[in-house]
Amino acid sequence: MRPRRLLNREGSAPYVFVAPFIVAFLVFYLYPIVTTVIMSFQNVVPGQTTFVGLKNYGNIISGDFWDALRVGLLYTVLTIAVLVPLPIIFAVLLNSGARRLNAVHRALFFLPSLVSVVVAGTIFRLMFSSTEKSVVNAVLKLIGISPVDWLMGGGFQAMFLMVMLATWRWLGVNLIYFLSGLQAIPEELYEAAQMDGANIFQRFWRITIPLLKPTILFVSTISIFGGFAMFEESYIFWQGNSPNNVGLTMVGLLYKRGFAQGDFGMASTYGLVLMVIVFALSMIQLKLFGFFRKESRNA
Amino acid sequence: MKRFLALALVAALPAMAFAQAKTDVTLWTFQDLHAQYYQSAAKSWNAQHPDQQINLKTEVFPYDDMHNKLLISLQSGKGAPDIADIEISKFPNYLKGNIQLAPLNDLLKPIQKDFIQARLDIYSKAGKFYGLPFHVGADMMYYNMDIMKAAGVDIDKIDTWADWVKAGIQVKEKTGKPMTTIETTDQWSYWPLISQQDSDYTDKNGNITIDNATNVKTLQFLHDLIYVQKIAIPTPGGFHHSEQYYGFMNDGGAATVWMPMWYMGRFTDYMPDLKGKMAIRPLPRWTKGGKRSAGMGGTGTAVTLQSKNLDLAKAFLVFAKGSREGAIQIWKQLGFDPARWDVWNDPAMNETNKFSEYFQNKNIFLTLLEVKDEINPVNVNANMVRVIDQIRQKSFVQVLGQNTKTAAEALHEAAVEAAKQ
Repeated sequence: MRPRRLLNREGSAPYVFVAPFIVAFLVFYLYPIVTTVIMSFQNVVPGQTTFVGLKNYGNIISGDFWDALRVGLLYTVLTIAVLVPLPIIFAVLLNSGARRLNAVHRALFFLPSLVSVVVAGTIFRLMFSSTEKSVVNAVLKLIGISPVDWLMGGGFQAMFLMVMLATWRWLGVNLIYFLSGLQAIPEELYEAAQMDGANIFQRFWRITIPLLKPTILFVSTISIFGGFAMFEESYIFWQGNSPNNVGLTMVGLLYKRGFAQGDFGMASTYGLVLMVIVFALSMIQLKLFGFFRKESRNA
Repeated sequence: MKRFLALALVAALPAMAFAQAKTDVTLWTFQDLHAQYYQSAAKSWNAQHPDQQINLKTEVFPYDDMHNKLLISLQSGKGAPDIADIEISKFPNYLKGNIQLAPLNDLLKPIQKDFIQARLDIYSKAGKFYGLPFHVGADMMYYNMDIMKAAGVDIDKIDTWADWVKAGIQVKEKTGKPMTTIETTDQWSYWPLISQQDSDYTDKNGNITIDNATNVKTLQFLHDLIYVQKIAIPTPGGFHHSEQYYGFMNDGGAATVWMPMWYMGRFTDYMPDLKGKMAIRPLPRWTKGGKRSAGMGGTGTAVTLQSKNLDLAKAFLVFAKGSREGAIQIWKQLGFDPARWDVWNDPAMNETNKFSEYFQNKNIFLTLLEVKDEINPVNVNANMVRVIDQIRQKSFVQVLGQNTKTAAEALHEAAVEAAKQ
């Protein structure tokens, strides 16, 4: 009887409601994070795991690390450069005009994000295969450009492929974010601006963009996470062995050290390094956008 | 409902009793062909061991997936299968710390002498053998005889690499075709050549030797074939297992390729138009009296210490991959050159099959017996894994593919980078 009474007490209700989250957080987030931190100071082998102090941290800097950092940074910058403006433009277009047609278009844009990245990556790999008969090279040939060795050709082609796949995949998701952002902007502002003689571009720059700022901030923050944590796309294209590391990302490096070379301690260290990098970049970005300023003023 | 359940239970009883007589043995592999092979081996085992029946459960995972799952389950002490296939370049990962695989020495003792010793050594540590090989993986030169004929080259007169290069120049002049293709994203063009010369990625103690003089000279040799003599090209698609290469070679794109014996299956399955045109010979030597082959690639099959029926699993494994019968079946079903050389002159090995029909050689195993004592072991250790990672990803691309670094520079960088990890 007693436990039931405890549960029925009004005061305990909130705890019961948050319990699933707390339990999930403790088991699936906190425990692994703590373990990762511990493992980053260890040499992890069956039955003989030992603490090695800062040895793993001393080994962080290597050629592979710089390659991964460069690829990760460039990929993140490029995906943000594409995946913020492009969805905004599409969102603005979809937010005006015929409602019913827009619903269809919205669904079409969103569809790719429901496709498994493995399936999509495999199809991309075939489309961009370096033979003359691959879809993309065949099209290039039609317009008089010689076939390109997409997968093995070099850093530029590799980055193009990865950003292309990301764009195809995430455009629809970001579009939804921006659409909901747009719908929160009161129609009156546009009407008032129009009466004051603002043209369509002025309305876009002076009303749409400033009022979308929170959404832009949100999208670019998750893009920093997503960009640095990218793994599957590169893995599908090159199976973990890209020529000259053109597709090596931080998570790819972590995977290589942990699973291909069986060094879980070093892999944990890279995991933490990745966390620090992403955290630092997000902070810098939020500061530049004045996120904290606004917070303190409101408070 | 209750009555129905009871009925079902009664009906199921005999089936359960029957199933209980067989012991479940689980086996993980990354290759469906291997799984089929083990299943047929389990059938023969059950026929020959009526009192030790097994129910073999094979599970095929993707290559990376399987090795990851196995590594984690051995690390955490739970969930590993009884038996697992482990690919050679991953094997060192499983020999760290307290080794979680069972030594096979007791069962191997009576048959050890019948094996090419080098192939047992690669899966061993401190005198204990942890994995059984499928094959020798003897590296061979595959010649397209149509092209050889057109160029007027007699392949039996090719003894050294110098002869081979001379023949290559002749082929290029007469037919305009490259003598061969060289891998830029995998290691099968390179590793056998240094192994032939008693060199390797690391020495016996695991010290990195990738930038020693022999290795630099050999990579430079491959570079020169492409950029100086111009009788070779980088492999279309990067390596000899790409779809692009299969198509290229199938159309008579290059005159030769050197790959291990197990590559025969790639010819029969992916290059049907070359049927009847290919001949297999040992590799050219580097020096008079030098070695003419190298043992490349492989899968070491191991029993894990987590197995509940350790002795049974070991006995079955040695039966499937270590027995004479097993060795013959490995050739018949998989087309591999079995690591037990005592079967190579068995009449069963010379029976007509799809390989003997495809290649011009009268008896492929006679060619193999010639080079039996010319196969070095490769040094398998944790540093090897790191070196392979570096050269596959960088050195080969830089030296052979893009021609942006000299062999000496690229291999030195690889050595430094591998040592850092």
